[in-house]
Amino acid sequence: MKNRNMQSVYSSIKDNQVTPESVFWDRRKFIKNFALTTVGASALGGTMLQAASSDTSGFSTAEPLSSEYVVTHHNNFYEFSTSKSKPAKMAKDFNPGNDWKVSITGEIEKPGDYTLEDILSWAKIEERIYRLRCVEAWSMVIPWRGFQLSQLINQVRPTSKAKFVEFKTLESRTVFPGQNRGTLGFHVLPWPYKEGLRMDEALNPLSFIATGVYGKDLPGQNGAPLRLVVPWKYGFKSIKSIVSIRFLEQQPQNTWHKNGPREYGFYANVNPNVDHPRWSQARERRITDESFFGVKKIATQMFNGYSDQVAHMYKGMDLVRNF
Amino acid sequence: MKYKLSKAFAHIACWLPLIYLVYAAYNRQLGADPQEEMLHQLGLWTLIYLLMGLSITPLNRIFKYPILIKFRRMLGLYAFFYLLLHLTVFFIFYLEMSVAFLWDEIIERPYITVGMLAALMLLPLAFTSTKKMQRRLGRRWKKLHQLVYLISILAVVHFIWQSKSDLNEPLMYAIWLVTLLGFRIYQSKKSRR
Repeated sequence: MKNRNMQSVYSSIKDNQVTPESVFWDRRKFIKNFALTTVGASALGGTMLQAASSDTSGFSTAEPLSSEYVVTHHNNFYEFSTSKSKPAKMAKDFNPGNDWKVSITGEIEKPGDYTLEDILSWAKIEERIYRLRCVEAWSMVIPWRGFQLSQLINQVRPTSKAKFVEFKTLESRTVFPGQNRGTLGFHVLPWPYKEGLRMDEALNPLSFIATGVYGKDLPGQNGAPLRLVVPWKYGFKSIKSIVSIRFLEQQPQNTWHKNGPREYGFYANVNPNVDHPRWSQARERRITDESFFGVKKIATQMFNGYSDQVAHMYKGMDLVRNF
Repeated sequence: MKYKLSKAFAHIACWLPLIYLVYAAYNRQLGADPQEEMLHQLGLWTLIYLLMGLSITPLNRIFKYPILIKFRRMLGLYAFFYLLLHLTVFFIFYLEMSVAFLWDEIIERPYITVGMLAALMLLPLAFTSTKKMQRRLGRRWKKLHQLVYLISILAVVHFIWQSKSDLNEPLMYAIWLVTLLGFRIYQSKKSRR
């Protein structure tokens, strides 16, 4: 799979030269330029960091990126393995190409089986730097490449009955050995993996379909060739290797909720005030690189720091009950 | 002589997991989250040494190889050693060395409550492991050290409880423990008859 029309800050750097530092400084330059053109010479007299935070889109962040190694070698992709390091090795032969099919059905005017090529032809590819907060209380900062989910949705024309979107991951025991029973005969999760969003959530500008990361096509372990990224929700909502998108009138059931309804909700919005029944969500372990001291504990922010962009969608909702 | 040699080997073997972990951490081979890997591995080895210690008596009964008994205390103490390391990593990297956080975790997280309980109970066993203490406590020593059964159960519960959805691995340790406990129940019923 080749992504065309890509204008990336990384494109001038050869693969073997991509280091977290160089990327970081490139991005700094980007932020600096951005700040200078949009806010002017920082009339507030604040630092660059403050200037950058006046970008209200949420599409970027000034925090240091997590290294490419940790982004691509620390993956909760249970279809391969429950180990976080194994998917990187096991996904070596999983290189979905342009013939990857996504069935898009339900309450829409243009249902059908679309190839990856079809879908990419609708999309305006861009770079976004998002925080990713796992429900297990670790987090990263990741430079994604991809397109805004709303572009895909508008293309297939949802009807007024479409209230929710359901996504499914590929189910295939040959591709995904983790979908077999374990040593003791247990399935790790009920397959295929399913996730869902409310329609307004799916149309929120932050909702993103990633096709690449760190300036390259998405590696198998990160959910090639198409994965959802919803940065204000716990990572398990960001479903990988999507083969089905269904528009529904009723709220669909997501896999983790089905597996443990007390522990994982449908909304799964990052919320430091609502603990997981077995652990605290108040703080998180930010993984920056793979050195032994590359992890630091920091406070978790409401909606993972995207309140300005998403809080309005949950006005008046009891976020303790709708966890 | 042969015994001394095998004991030396056993000591080296018991240090190997730690040596590997330190080496791997230094060389960035513990994956993307080395602190977590270290924490989990140290916890797992604590449980393995506990269960190995509990396996000695049944193995001796079956194979009649009494020299095995001489390794039991050693295994128990290595379990304690790895437990201390497990707790140290937890305290430094997960609790940010805050006693307040520790207290919150113990109160609010059942799997940590259970783990802490097991850890506290292992403390007196480690302190009374010497021959001198054994003599001084007499019959009470055996009673006290039977706590290890409860400790092992709590350790396995702690392991199962913290896992997210894949029970295949923790349940294998549970089966090991149940086998060991089953053996003892069977033995005590047989001797009562």
